[in-house]
Amino acid sequence: MSFPATAVRTGLAAARATGLNKVYGEGETRVVALDNVSVTFPQGEFTAIMGPSGSGKSTLMHCMAGLDTVSSGSTTIGDTELVGLKDKQLTQLRRDHIGFIFQAFNLLPTLTALENITLPMDIAGRKADQAWLDRVVDTVGLSGRLGHRPSQLSGGQQQRVACARALAGKPDIIFADEPTGNLDSRSGAEILSFLRNSVRELGQTVVMVTHDPVAASYADRVVFLADGRIVDELHAPTADTVLDRMRRFDAKGRTS
Amino acid sequence: MFRTALRNVLAHKGRLLMTMLAVMLGTAFVAGTLVFTDTMGQALRTQNSKSYADIAVTVSDSEAVGRGYDHGGRTAAGPTLTEDTRRKLVTLPGAADVRGVVSGFAGIADHKGALIGNGFSTTGTNYVPGADGTDPRYPLVAGRGPKDAGEIALDTRTAEKGGFKVGDTVRVAVNGPVMQLKLTGTLHTNDPRVTAGGSLAAFDTATAQQLYLSPGRFAELDVRAAPGTDDTALLAAVRQALPQGDNLKAKTGRELADEQDRMIAQGTRILSTFLMGFAAIALFVGVFIIANTFSMLVAQRTRELALLRAVGATRRQITRSVKVEAALVGLTASVAGLLAGIGIALGLKALLNGPMDANLPDGPLVIAPTTVLAAIAVGVLVTLVAAWLPARRASRIAPVAAMSSSEQPATQKSLRLRNTVGLLFSLAGAAALAAGASGKEVKLVGLGAGALLIGVFVLTPLLSRPLIALFAPLLRAVYGTPGKLARENAVRNPRRTAATASALTIGVTLITSLTVVGASVNKAVDDSTSSDLKADYTVAMQNFSDLSPEVAAQIAKAPGVSAMSTERSVPVTIDRGQDRGRGAGDGENEFLTAVDAATIDQLATVRIREGSADALEQGKLLVSSGRSEQARYKVGDVLAVTYPDGSKGSLTVGGVLEANTALAPVLAPEAVVGPHAQPGSGLEKVLVKGTNGATEQLKQALRDATGGNPLIAVKGEKDIKAESRQAVTNILNMMYGLLGMSVVIAVLGVVNTMAMSVFERRREIGMLRAIGLDRLGIRRMVRLESLLIALFGGLVGVGLGILVAWAGVRTLADDLKGITTVVPPLQIVCFLLAAAVIGLLAALWPAHRAAKLDILDAIRSE
Ligand SMILES: Nc1ncnc2c1ncn2[C@@H]1O[C@H](COP(=O)(O)OP(=O)(O)O)[C@@H](O)[C@H]1O
Ligand SMILES: [Mg+2]
Repeated sequence: MSFPATAVRTGLAAARATGLNKVYGEGETRVVALDNVSVTFPQGEFTAIMGPSGSGKSTLMHCMAGLDTVSSGSTTIGDTELVGLKDKQLTQLRRDHIGFIFQAFNLLPTLTALENITLPMDIAGRKADQAWLDRVVDTVGLSGRLGHRPSQLSGGQQQRVACARALAGKPDIIFADEPTGNLDSRSGAEILSFLRNSVRELGQTVVMVTHDPVAASYADRVVFLADGRIVDELHAPTADTVLDRMRRFDAKGRTS
Repeated sequence: MFRTALRNVLAHKGRLLMTMLAVMLGTAFVAGTLVFTDTMGQALRTQNSKSYADIAVTVSDSEAVGRGYDHGGRTAAGPTLTEDTRRKLVTLPGAADVRGVVSGFAGIADHKGALIGNGFSTTGTNYVPGADGTDPRYPLVAGRGPKDAGEIALDTRTAEKGGFKVGDTVRVAVNGPVMQLKLTGTLHTNDPRVTAGGSLAAFDTATAQQLYLSPGRFAELDVRAAPGTDDTALLAAVRQALPQGDNLKAKTGRELADEQDRMIAQGTRILSTFLMGFAAIALFVGVFIIANTFSMLVAQRTRELALLRAVGATRRQITRSVKVEAALVGLTASVAGLLAGIGIALGLKALLNGPMDANLPDGPLVIAPTTVLAAIAVGVLVTLVAAWLPARRASRIAPVAAMSSSEQPATQKSLRLRNTVGLLFSLAGAAALAAGASGKEVKLVGLGAGALLIGVFVLTPLLSRPLIALFAPLLRAVYGTPGKLARENAVRNPRRTAATASALTIGVTLITSLTVVGASVNKAVDDSTSSDLKADYTVAMQNFSDLSPEVAAQIAKAPGVSAMSTERSVPVTIDRGQDRGRGAGDGENEFLTAVDAATIDQLATVRIREGSADALEQGKLLVSSGRSEQARYKVGDVLAVTYPDGSKGSLTVGGVLEANTALAPVLAPEAVVGPHAQPGSGLEKVLVKGTNGATEQLKQALRDATGGNPLIAVKGEKDIKAESRQAVTNILNMMYGLLGMSVVIAVLGVVNTMAMSVFERRREIGMLRAIGLDRLGIRRMVRLESLLIALFGGLVGVGLGILVAWAGVRTLADDLKGITTVVPPLQIVCFLLAAAVIGLLAALWPAHRAAKLDILDAIRSE
C-alpha cells in the first residue's frame, strides 16, 4: 500500500465507491442496505451524506471505511482497493489512513485527552508530528484540558477530543457518523466549524453522515441517499436548500 | 419480584455461569466430604460388625497384647491366659467354642530384603483351624493353613506384592533373627490395619506363642456362644471363671464392636473436619467471586433498577429481587454441587482403591439427608451472604440514575472508610502476629494471621494501584499500547480488581506459608541432624517398637564398627518427697535413657550448658535443658528413684545439656541403671560410629549383623534427612491438593471478571478496533489485564504467606531447635509464575471473545 503523504487539492479521489451493494440477511429477512452505489469523495472536500433513517448512510460509511464488508462492488481509499483485504490489512489501513468520529463512545475513559488523541499513533508505534499536533489541539481549543480524563470533560469537549484524534494522524480521509447527534446546538456548531476548518485550512478530507440540514450546510457538497441509492447531490448547500431537497424526496416518496 | 428475579437469572445465565460454577465447586467439596466420610464410616462399621459377628465374649490380656506389639521381654506379670484357661471357658454353659489368639508385629521381606507394607501395620497372628481345618477369620484363597514351625500363610495382597506363590520360601522377621518359612497358603482378611497398607502373617499357634509370648500363652480368648445363649450371662460366667488380674479384661463382642464403631466414627469425624476446613476455604474464595458478580450485575443494570424505582418499586423490593436472584443462583448451583460431590466421593474412592492402593472396604454410597441439607444450605447461604452488599447497593440507586448513562462511581468516602477499616484490621493483625511469634503462641498467630488477611483484603483496592504500577514500565516497553491499556483497565475499577485478586491471594497465601514452613522445618532438621548426630548409623525398629536385646551384641561384632552405644529406655519412679507438696512415696514417672558413658560423646554432640561433661562417667545423669525446665531438675539434685526391678537407688543430676535432637531428655549411664532394668527390654536404638565413616559397607554389615531383619532400619544422616524431607513433602503435597479447589475457584473468578469486563467494554473495544488496534492487540490487552490481576493477587499472597510463615516458624522454635524462616526462592518464583500462567489461561476465552467482537455491533450496541 502506498499513499500520498500529504493531501493535495488536485481533485483526486480520497475515497471512491463503484457499484457498491450491501445486502443483509436472506429470504424473508433480506434487506438491501446499499443498492448499486457509486460515489467519489474528492481530496480536500467536506461531504455530507444525508437521507432518511434507514436509508443506508451508516452502511455506506462503514463499507467505505473498511469497517464492514461489501456484498459486491468496489471501494477504494486513495488507490487501495478495500475489497479482498484481510482483517489485519484493513486494521492497518484504518489506523494509518482513516480518521473516525462516532456519535458517542469515542474515547477510552482510562486515558487522558492527550493520550486519546495520540492513541492511533501510539498503537502504530509512530511518533506524532508535534507541530501538527499542536496546531490541531489549538484549533479544537483543548490546550488547557489535555491532562483531563473524559469523565472530567463535557460532551462537547469529548467530541472535540475525538475530532482532534481523527485529525492528529493526518489521515487521508475522516469519516464522521452523526458527530453532533448527542450534542446541544452550540457544541454541535463548534464541532462542525472545526470540521469545516480542518478541510479549508488544514487540507483534510471529511465525510460526515448527518440527518440535520443545518449540519449538512457546513459541507461543500451534500449527497442524498434514499433506500440505499444515491438520489441527489447538492453543491454549496445552505440549510434551506438542503431542507428544500429533503421535502421534495419526502413528497416523492409519498406519491410513488 | 420473584418472577423478575427468575427472569434476570435466566437472562444472565451466561454471565452467572462462572459464579454458579464457583458455588457448585464449593458445595461439591462439602457434599463430597460428607458423602465420602459417611460411606467410608458405614463400610468400616459393616466390616467391623462382621468381624465380631461370631464372638460372644472376648477376654484380652493387656500385658500380653502389649508384649506382642512392643516389648521383647519374656517375664510375665499377673495372671495369664493359657490353654488351661481356654479349656475352662469351653466348658462354661452356653460356650460353643473358644479361640485362643496371639498377635504382634511380623515383617515380611520381599526378594530384595525390603519390608513389604508400612512398618506400623505389619501384623502377625496364629492360624486357628476350626472343625473343617480352616480359620473362619481368614478364609483361605489358595493352599492351606500353616501347621508347624516351618510354615506360614500370608494375606493375598502381601503375597502378590512380594511375588510369592504357595510353596515358596518367605523371609519373615518378628523380633529376633529372620526366619525362612514355607508359604503354605494365602488368606483373605478384612483387618483394617492390613487392608490399609500393612501385611498379615499367620503362624501355627505354637509358633506364634513362641514368637510373641511364651508357649501355651494367649493374648486373647474369643468365646463363641451356642445358639440361644445370652451374651451378658455368658460374660458373667466368663468373668467368674477367669483368674483375677488387672491385665485381664472380658467384654461381649457387641461391646467390642461398639467400641470399634466409636473409634471409626471418631476417625471419620476427624477426617471430615479436616476436609471441611478446606471446603470452607474454597467457599470463602467463592464469596469474593459471588460478591464481584452481583456487584457487576447491579452496576450493569443500574438504569434498569433505577427505572424500576422510578415507576414505584420500593428499596426493599429492589433488595429483595437481588437477594431472590442470589438465592436462585445458590440453589441451582448447590444442587449441581451436591451431584458433583457425590461424583467426587465416588471418584475419590475409586482413586484411593485404584492407583493409591488404599484397599478401602466396599459398601453402598451413603447420602444422608443431612448431607443434602447441609450442601444446599451452605450453597444458598454463602451466595446470599456474598450478594448482601451488592443487594444493598442496588437499593440505593436513585431513580434519577435512569436518566443518566454513567455507572455510579463508588464515593470517595466509602473507600476512605474502607481503607481505615482495612488499616486497623491489618495493624491489629500484624501486632497479634508479632506478639504470637515472640510469645510462641500458635493461637495468637492464627488469630493475627486471620485479621491481617482480612485487613489486607479490605485494603486491596488501595494496594492495587501502586502494585500494578510496578509492572507498568515493563508492560509499556514490551507490549506498547495494549500493555498500557491493560494496566489502565486493571486499575480502573479497584474494587473489582481487588475482589478478583483476593480470591487468588487466599490460596497463594496458604500455599506459600505452608511451603515456607516446610522449607524451614527441612532446614532445621538438616542442620540439627548434621550438628547433633555424630554417629554414622542408627539402628532401630521401623515401627518404633523395641529392638531384640541380642541386636546390641550383634552390632558390636559387626566389622567396621569403631564405637557404639545402645539407647535403652528405663522407666523409673522418682520420689521427690515434700519438694512438690506431695506425700512421700507418691512418685513421678520418668524415663531414663541408658547410654554407654564412655562412647556417647563420639556418637552425639554433647554440649554441656551447666555442670560437668563427665557426669555420665561419674555415674550421674545428664538432663536436656527443656526437660530440666519442665521437671525442675537442677545440677546437683539427688533423685530418689525406684527401678523396674523394684530396687531403690539415688541418682545425681550431673549436668544440663543444650537441646539436641539425637539425644533423649534424661541420659543415664548404662553401667549404673542397666542392671536394674527389666532384662532384654526397652532397647530403642543403637548408635554406631564406623572406622571409615558412613560407608555403604558399614550399612550392609549392620544389616547383615542383625540378620537382614526387614523390620530393622539402619539409617545414616542422609537417610534421616531424606525421610524427614519426604514426610514434609507428603504433607505439603496433600495440602496443595486440598487447596487446589480454592485455586480453581479463584481461576473461575478471574475468567468471570475478565468476561464481564469484556462484555461491559464492548463499545470501547469496537472503537479501538475501528481506530486501528488489531485483533492481536485486543487479545493482548485482555490477557495482560488478567495477568496483572493474577500477579497482583499472587504477589500479595506470597508476601502475606511469608509473613504468616515467619510467625508460624517462630512458634516452632521450642520444638525444632535452631529453626529459622527459610524462604525457598525457586518455589516462590514458581508460585508467581503459576499465578501469571493462571492469569493468562483465565483470559483465553474472554480474550478470544473480545478479539472476535464485531466492530459494528460493538459500536452500535446500546
Ligand atoms: N447488521 C444489520 N443486519 C440487518 N440489517 C441491517 C444491519 N445494519 C443495517 N441494516 C439495515 O440496513 C438498512 C440501512 O441501515 P443504516 O445504514 O444503519 O441506515 P441509516 O444509517 O441511514 O439510518 C436499514 O434498513 C437497516 O435496517
Ligand atoms: Mg445511521
